[in-house]
Amino acid sequence: MDNKIAAVTMRNITKRFGPVLANDRVWLNIYRGEILALLGENGSGKTTLMNMLSGIYFPDEGEIAIDGRPVVIRSPKDAFDLGIGMIHQHFKLVDVLTAAENIVLGLEGKLDLKAASKRIREICGAYGFEVDPEQKIYDMSVSQKQTVEIVKVLYRGADILILDEPTAVLTPQETDKLFAVLRNMRDDGKAIVIITHKMHEVEALSDRVAILRHGQFIGDMPTKMTNAQEMTNMMVGHAVTLNIKRPDPVDPKPRIEVKDLTVRDIEGTVKLDRVSFTACSGEILGIAGISGSGQKELLESIAGLQPVESGSISYIGDDGRREELIGKDPLAIKELGVALSFVPEDRLGMGLVGNMDLGNNMMLRSYRSGRGLFTNRRDPYKLAHEMVDFLEISTPSVETPVRRLSGGNVQKVLVGREIANAPSVLLTAYAVRGLDINSSYLIYDTINAQKMRGVAVVYVGEDLDVLLELSDRILVLCGGRVSGIVPGRGAKKRDVGMMMTKLGGNAHEQ
Amino acid sequence: MFDFITFIPRAVMQGIPLLFGSTGETLTEKSGNLNLGIPGIMYVGGICGVIGSFFYEAGKSAAEMNAFLAILIPLLCCLLGSLLMGLLYCFLTVTLRANQNVTGLALTTFGVGFGNFFGGSLIKLSGSELPSIILTNTSNIFRRHLAVGDSTGAFGKLFLSYGFLAYLAVLIALAAARVLNRTRTGLHLRAVGESPNTADAAGVNVSRYKYAATCIGSMIAGLGGLYYVMDYASGMWTNNAFGDRGWLAIALVIFTVWRPNVGVLASFLFGGLYILHMYIPSGMNLAVKELYKMAPYVVTIVVLVLSSMRNKRENQPPASLGLPYFREER
Amino acid sequence: MNNKKRSPLFHVAKRAALPWYKSWAIRGGAVLLALLACGLITTLVTGEDPIAVYVSMWEGSFGTSRRFWVLLQNIAMLLCVSLAVTPAFRMRCWNLGGEGQALIGCLAAAACMIRLSGKLPNALVIACMCVASILAGAVWAGIPALFKAKYNTNETLFTLMMNYVATQLVAYYCVVWENPKGSGQIGIINPNSQIGWFPVVGGQKYLLNILVVAVVCVLMHIYLNYSKHGYEIAVVGESERTARYVGIKVERVIVRTMLLSGALCGLAGLLLVGSTNHTLTPTLVEGRGFTAVMVAWLAKFNPVWMILTSLLLVFLSRGAGEIATNFGLNQSFGDILTGVILFFIIGSEFFINYQIKLTKGAGKED
Repeated sequence: MDNKIAAVTMRNITKRFGPVLANDRVWLNIYRGEILALLGENGSGKTTLMNMLSGIYFPDEGEIAIDGRPVVIRSPKDAFDLGIGMIHQHFKLVDVLTAAENIVLGLEGKLDLKAASKRIREICGAYGFEVDPEQKIYDMSVSQKQTVEIVKVLYRGADILILDEPTAVLTPQETDKLFAVLRNMRDDGKAIVIITHKMHEVEALSDRVAILRHGQFIGDMPTKMTNAQEMTNMMVGHAVTLNIKRPDPVDPKPRIEVKDLTVRDIEGTVKLDRVSFTACSGEILGIAGISGSGQKELLESIAGLQPVESGSISYIGDDGRREELIGKDPLAIKELGVALSFVPEDRLGMGLVGNMDLGNNMMLRSYRSGRGLFTNRRDPYKLAHEMVDFLEISTPSVETPVRRLSGGNVQKVLVGREIANAPSVLLTAYAVRGLDINSSYLIYDTINAQKMRGVAVVYVGEDLDVLLELSDRILVLCGGRVSGIVPGRGAKKRDVGMMMTKLGGNAHEQ
Repeated sequence: MFDFITFIPRAVMQGIPLLFGSTGETLTEKSGNLNLGIPGIMYVGGICGVIGSFFYEAGKSAAEMNAFLAILIPLLCCLLGSLLMGLLYCFLTVTLRANQNVTGLALTTFGVGFGNFFGGSLIKLSGSELPSIILTNTSNIFRRHLAVGDSTGAFGKLFLSYGFLAYLAVLIALAAARVLNRTRTGLHLRAVGESPNTADAAGVNVSRYKYAATCIGSMIAGLGGLYYVMDYASGMWTNNAFGDRGWLAIALVIFTVWRPNVGVLASFLFGGLYILHMYIPSGMNLAVKELYKMAPYVVTIVVLVLSSMRNKRENQPPASLGLPYFREER
Repeated sequence: MNNKKRSPLFHVAKRAALPWYKSWAIRGGAVLLALLACGLITTLVTGEDPIAVYVSMWEGSFGTSRRFWVLLQNIAMLLCVSLAVTPAFRMRCWNLGGEGQALIGCLAAAACMIRLSGKLPNALVIACMCVASILAGAVWAGIPALFKAKYNTNETLFTLMMNYVATQLVAYYCVVWENPKGSGQIGIINPNSQIGWFPVVGGQKYLLNILVVAVVCVLMHIYLNYSKHGYEIAVVGESERTARYVGIKVERVIVRTMLLSGALCGLAGLLLVGSTNHTLTPTLVEGRGFTAVMVAWLAKFNPVWMILTSLLLVFLSRGAGEIATNFGLNQSFGDILTGVILFFIIGSEFFINYQIKLTKGAGKED
């Protein structure tokens, strides 16, 4: 195998986004007749690396060769011409067109949908896809849409296929089907790369695995020669000491009780499956999990933004009164006297209004408190001034639209506003994503201060090191189910990592 | 008994300008451009044709006129005028990404003013006593139809009694439907109107499609103005006579749920509704005729509401209708 | 796709917000350029000295005190409809139905004047007119709003169609209430008894309208910028998700705002019938519903700036009308000039929102 000419050779690839080093001198070979699993945590640079192969990004440094021949890939069209096709996580399909119409979109020559359908059926027959060329995209399930994307790439003659977390949106049965198809394609001599962070998929599907961590290439080896434990170690690395303060919980009492919570999205996919846990006052409950394991739905269910299929979410007040939160919108929850704050993942699309200034954004939570018909404008601006001083927000003025602030400052505005109305429950999603070290520590300190006030904090995070040092308890989600709840003190990074990829982690294997 | 044999040809002739307008507007909207300038463009199309033939016809008797030139000159003038209007709309909304509603309305203000201004000037030039220009000779050429149309009774009256522009309108509508649904150009155009991002990623030149669809659509709509003057109104231009037919054409687009082939019959239906009052014994009540004129708009609203309630995806407006496309915002 | 490899000479990028004086300088420049172009066009068409053209333009608006009052009245009515459509626009809901909503307000007012005359005392008739027109306008906007909120029906097209339903409805009643019989027109309503005529304030026929609209303008400014409703409108317009996140009921805000929009259009109709014209025709609103869209948009939906933009548009159309009269052109010349000026201003927005950057070197992603 080592003597074969690689279908793709990436040498010394470096890519920066501003100050962030997304890929740092990465070397990677991709061979025909082989399925390569590109493994790494969120933010390890897997997708960036593959985007450079498919013409979305252009590398800052390094070279790419196809079949040993150096090439320059500047656009998706260039990539197609070289036989490279990538299936992105977000499908690029026109809803009201049929599968066949989407597949031939952008090609040239006379439109002959019959001939196209015939070829599509041939491709489907050859690899075992099930696509009806005449079906409209809006009638399709997510997995069917994904199949259309794959066929689209094959139709254009791609023989190097890259799939970015293709199973994230699929049910286990659909995943099995996809894997069968991918194996067929491998046997047909195509080179296949699958980006993933799920260990069992690597083991089930791939011939070879390459691991990235923090933008760097860690190593590659034949899948047969390794095991889940070794791969996890390579993926997460050794625990790093961050020295985040973790004061002892203050008089923890149950505050939010979630029982058998089940949530489906619009398409009917189960996002949360009988999730139960209790969040206590005066402690931080960390939520760990691969992205898309149901974290968003969990927080939005508690905040009253997500329709719930079944289960219950109770709020228990200091005086012992219980309030059911399901079926209530944010306003109704507020009117119950439940001071619930929520720092959502989508800061400018949900938590804040980008075109409004700091003061107006402060007002989002408090505008109803004004007298009579009018908003109280003085207090929010006063609050904005305080916030700028207290959280060291760098902004020209409180009249600056938040869209024009840097990511870290936007987050400070959001967090600041959410803690300003003395919450008893604080939900945060990826509170430090995209923030520099100093801002991150400021946010940790702020969250800890809330905990000391007796607030029940639910902290959804993606960096395991942080979760391990910040949380009093860690709830691990895997595919919408609770994989386990472990105490934050003394938890092992590897164990939590295993629980993220497999229900119950190692416990099941033993 | 209701006299269908006289009613239907009248309805068809009423419907033809609407058909031109709605075919043009459908093409335009399929590219994601909501061109509310169509009423103005139809005025411009009409008056440009009038200007062309006015100067050709001036001082010539019917016998001196070359039938070919008499048709070609107004036709070219009309197409040129409406093309320029379409280009202006595209430049503002596609290249400069201005708001489509505002641009369209400004274009209508401009176009109607343009039509009435030059109409008025020509009337003055011609020294006519009436507030109108009459281009009988040109009109007679435009209105020529096959001789068999008169000798074949009801059949001839229903199908063969129209000028060539009427048949052209039907042909263009059917061709537009075919292009939209059966060709690669149509596929790309629909993709541009639905999701310019996706089309762009697939290598379709979004701006080029928007320009082409809007300009061709404008020229087709302009022909509606020309037909109205030269054929329907027998070559008589009177200021404001064209009325609100441009808006009716936009209504027709919604009514046909963006299908030009449906537009053929639907435009005759609209034309019929427009003149129905003349054929229904309303007990001498003139007021009722105004209510009949309301009918096309009411049925359009009903169609719009029903299609949004049923939420069938094919019957919705193109998804990016009215939105400017800027690649770097994706 | 080969051309993509050669990097283009320039590319267009979104600008960070310009300071307000710069953006208004660009708009002012566009207006000046447009005026130059208009002068040029007029000179070409008429062969007159361009200065004379501008002079007659000025005369058209400010020449006599009567003209000046007409100017103010026209500004007031245009501003009223513009203020009416603004809340909806701020919510990114394109209410193109101002024309119909105002016209239906006219109809309601005229109906009260005709049907209640002689049955109720004058003061009560006027009260009924006020209530009826405002309600009628609100209903006319409320119908599309309900469907928009419930089924997401396209409000641009719906409100547009409602205009013509209103026009035909008015045309119908114009014949029903025709006076004298057979004229097909209503003529001046209650010419002798003057029932339903609004009182003349301060000896100036138009002063009442101007005062009412001035009050509406101030109130609208306060409503949009300082009230809870105004704040909710802004949030819904910017991001429905954020609105839901803070517990705003988006559907309710849509319907409420459109009702307000329609009610104010109804008020404009009321003023047109009760105070200015005392009659009803299908073209009574004179396209102000459409012009209002441009007035509001040009002023960036700011009620105070709208005074200026409506002044600009009214000034133009009256000035152009005067040019037409003085140089023997027909009145439609004004529409052409208005159109030209609008094109300039619309185009100038591009230079406020975007900037053209020269590309430095190649190799950047497209």
